[in-house]
Amino acid sequence: MLQPGTPAPDFELNNTPDQTVKLSDLKGKKVILAFYPGDWSPVCSDQMALYNETLKIFTKHNAQLLGVSVDSQWSHLAFSKDRNFHFPLLADFEPKGKVSKLYEAYDEEGGTSQRALYVIDEEGIIQWEYLSPKGINPGADGILEAIEKLDNDKTKKS
Amino acid sequence: MSNQLKPAASGQDHIQGSDSAAITLVEYGDYQCSYCGDAYALVRDAQEALGDDLRFVFRNFPLAEAHPHATAAAQAAEAAAKQGKFWEMHDMLYENQQALSSSDLMTYAKEAGLDMEQFKKDIGSDAVSDKVDADFESGVRSGVNGTPSFFVNGEKYEGGWQDGALTAFLKSQL
Repeated sequence: MLQPGTPAPDFELNNTPDQTVKLSDLKGKKVILAFYPGDWSPVCSDQMALYNETLKIFTKHNAQLLGVSVDSQWSHLAFSKDRNFHFPLLADFEPKGKVSKLYEAYDEEGGTSQRALYVIDEEGIIQWEYLSPKGINPGADGILEAIEKLDNDKTKKS
Repeated sequence: MSNQLKPAASGQDHIQGSDSAAITLVEYGDYQCSYCGDAYALVRDAQEALGDDLRFVFRNFPLAEAHPHATAAAQAAEAAAKQGKFWEMHDMLYENQQALSSSDLMTYAKEAGLDMEQFKKDIGSDAVSDKVDADFESGVRSGVNGTPSFFVNGEKYEGGWQDGALTAFLKSQL
C-alpha cells in the first residue's frame, strides 16, 4: 500500500450514474478512503453499515468518507438505497480497478478491490493506511484514532 | 485492529452478577438486531451455567440506519435505568423484538411499573441520548465491527457464540 507522507493520487469516479467525485475537490477536508471487495457481500455490508453509523463521528472531525469498489454505479445506487447509506460509494468500474491499483489495494486474483483503508489529510497527503486480512471487518477504531491524531497534532502546532 | 475494551466495565455500566466474578462478559448489542436476540438467550444460558463466576455488562450499539427502532429502544432501556429497571426493560425488549414502535415502548414501561411521566421525560432527554451515544462511541473505539460483539475480561472475543459455544468458551476460562 502507499505509505504515509505520500501525496494521495488524484482520481475522479462516478458515485451515481450522473455524478462524479474528484478527490482534489475535497482539499480542506480529511478523506477516508475505504476500498472494499464488493457490494452486497455479507462482510462488506457490515463494514459499510458500521461506517454509515460512525459518519456523525467522522463529520465532527471534518472527515469525508468515500467507499470504493469495482461494482458499477448502478449496483452502488441500489446498494446505497437498500442500506440507507449517507456517503458516496465510488465505482472503480471502467477501466476496472484503475484507482484501486493506483492505491495498491487491488486483488488481482479475485478481480476486486482489497479491504483497505486510507486516511488523507486536508492537504491531500496520505497519513494512515491499513490493509485488512481477507474476510475480516476492520471496524472503525483505526480510522478514528488516525483522524483524532491529525486533529491533536494540529492543535499542538498552532 | 483494536481488541481491547475501552473503557473497562465500571459503575457507569449496567451490570448483572458479582463484582468478584472470575469472568466479566461485555456485550455490545442492538435491540432490533435478530442475532442479538439469539445472543440474549445464549447469554442467559451462560449466566445459568456459570452462576457467580460470571458478571455480565450490556452496552448499547444501535445501528440506527439499518434498524429504525434500535435507538429509541436503547433510549427506553436507559430511561428505565433511571428508575432502577434497566434489566426489566432490556429483557422485555429482547423478548419482543418484533414490536418496538414508540407505543410498544410505552406499553413495556407500564408493564415494568415505571413512573410514566418521568419515563416520558427521560426517554427524550439529552442525558439518556448522550449515554447511548457514549456507549456507541466506546464500542467503535474498542473495535466493535457489528452486533453482537463480546468482550471477555476486556478482550474482544472473536470465536463462535451460537449453539452453546459461548458458554463452553466461558467455562474453559475458569
